[in-house]
Amino acid sequence: MTAIPFKTAPSLRSNRRWALIAAYACLGIFVVFFLFPPYYMLVTSLKTNAEIAELASNPWIVTDGVTLGHYEHLLTESSFPRFFLNTTIVTVIVVAITMVISVLAAYSLARLRFWGSGVLATGVFLTYLVPDTLLFIPLFKIVGWLGLLDTYWSLVLVYPTLTVPFCTWIMIGYFGSIPRELDEAALIDGANHMQMLLKVFIPVALPGLIAATIFAFTVAWANFLYPLAYIYSESEMVLTVGTVTTLIKGDVFHWGGLMAGALLAAAPPVILYAFLMDYYIAGLTSGATKG
Amino acid sequence: MADVTLQNLVKTFDTVEAVRGIDLSIPNNEFVVLVGPSGCGKSTVLRMIAGLEDVTGGDIRIGDERVNDVPPKDRNIAMVFQNYALYPHMTVAQNMSFGLRLRKVAKSEIRDKVQRAADILGIAELLDRRPRELSGGQRQRVAMGRAIVRDPEVFLFDEPLSNLDAKLRGQMRIEIQRLHQQLRTTTVYVTHDQVEAMTLADRVVVMNAGRIEQAGTPDEVYHRPRTRFVAGFMGSPAMNFLDCQITEENGRTVARLAAGPALPLPAEQAARARSYTGKKLVAGLRPENIREAAGHDGANSSGVPHDVSIDIVEPLGRETIVYFRLGDATLCARVGTEVHPSAGEQTSLVFHPDRLHLIDPETDLVL
Repeated sequence: MTAIPFKTAPSLRSNRRWALIAAYACLGIFVVFFLFPPYYMLVTSLKTNAEIAELASNPWIVTDGVTLGHYEHLLTESSFPRFFLNTTIVTVIVVAITMVISVLAAYSLARLRFWGSGVLATGVFLTYLVPDTLLFIPLFKIVGWLGLLDTYWSLVLVYPTLTVPFCTWIMIGYFGSIPRELDEAALIDGANHMQMLLKVFIPVALPGLIAATIFAFTVAWANFLYPLAYIYSESEMVLTVGTVTTLIKGDVFHWGGLMAGALLAAAPPVILYAFLMDYYIAGLTSGATKG
Repeated sequence: MADVTLQNLVKTFDTVEAVRGIDLSIPNNEFVVLVGPSGCGKSTVLRMIAGLEDVTGGDIRIGDERVNDVPPKDRNIAMVFQNYALYPHMTVAQNMSFGLRLRKVAKSEIRDKVQRAADILGIAELLDRRPRELSGGQRQRVAMGRAIVRDPEVFLFDEPLSNLDAKLRGQMRIEIQRLHQQLRTTTVYVTHDQVEAMTLADRVVVMNAGRIEQAGTPDEVYHRPRTRFVAGFMGSPAMNFLDCQITEENGRTVARLAAGPALPLPAEQAARARSYTGKKLVAGLRPENIREAAGHDGANSSGVPHDVSIDIVEPLGRETIVYFRLGDATLCARVGTEVHPSAGEQTSLVFHPDRLHLIDPETDLVL
């Protein structure tokens, strides 16, 4: 009778050990693979131009002394701060526009059953599937017609075409998972649709809202194609296009400056992710265990 | 507090008629329980009273006002849902006060009302917790608290105890009863649980297929069911039904059960059954009216003993449920714990005709 637990317990334990070893091995490979580019960016950005150009030097470590020259040049003598500001303006406005439109759209598509709402919800998602490489030419016509070519306001107008459909889709899912009894309770409590959205739906679907915000932020911060197509003046450029156009002169690559610029440009999303991910996970797992 | 009146109430979903013309008048202070099997339309009726479903036909009145087109918030009702429907991001106090805050009630008044409701329900120490930190029973109390603070004219309960375990359900039933005695608010309560219906209701409304089968006190629907459906639905284990024939034997009107004993009918029953002499009827006999033969309390002189073969025995501690076969039918009897029948055994059970219900199979009405 007692032989069974004695027999299974060690095998369960060794099973778990092997699972952990496999998990850590896979995670280790994953971490090395994904942390290599930022590490390489950091190392290169701290090297002098001479060390970068020296073919015989070790590319993985700084050997000739650390320099902050590239950062200094970038922040004081280039248009980098301007690009950063432009990107921030575009991103903040795009995220705000996206969240307002997609939250309202998702609420109405998920809850106000009206004629054609199901088809419309699918249609919203389908528009997201059209690649932006196909869209930028017709959008160029529209942007030009509105007189927004060569200003970052063109991006404010165009980015929501990428962000709104997907964010709406995410929010429809989150709103759809809220039990209908909750709206009914709010309805009886005396809430109108706006109050229901603001005081019940948004707080309850906060993890979804954060996921959508992260998505919109990433698109607006990191898109390359649209700014490349619509913006030509340095003063209007955003980080993605500005960094490469000003730091690559003909066939001369300012690797130190490029790497420093890429690292600085990547910092805000990383900080935002790190901050919101905690919140996001806390939201997802709340109530999963007994308090 | 107010009366609730339903007049020829109809609800159709696309092509399905969920509620088919209901007339019901609920006087002020009454506790009415709508009971019936799944899909009988009871929840739809409740949701129409709440204003959560449009009315296809007929009228709903709360007090003197026709409320068909009045939005839920202006009907002065409060509802308790099966899944509690608490706002997960709010504390207990915020959940309870949400409706009052939307109505811009003064803060001090809100605090007093919440505190009073919390005291009534014994959840005063939970006011700062969130729903996820509460047990099922506590959540249901909060849901009731949210209803109480609004001080509504009508309470609506939609199967509020279905998600609780059996023991807690028993406790909460008592709480709800106590609450009603204290507040005397007109209450409409929907359940499929007949124990809740019997214990809580001033009046039980038994529904089937979108219609009211019978409305009456718990005692009436149990002891004097009007239709075969009500007779079979109320009571657990359910009433036994078997064919019988009405005959005159030795000057007495007798119901001769198919493959079973002939039961002499009591005078009142006999008078109603006489016109059916020679015809087939359905006899309904509750398990507690088929008892063990051995003396004790159950064996009164009017009982007719009959030998049966025991099929299945369910000992429940304070009584034993016995299933046995009579012809093609399986019947159920409730016997005392003094006897210990075993499956396959031949034994004599006593059929008591004083509570026999005779049903016309053509109309399904009880005579």
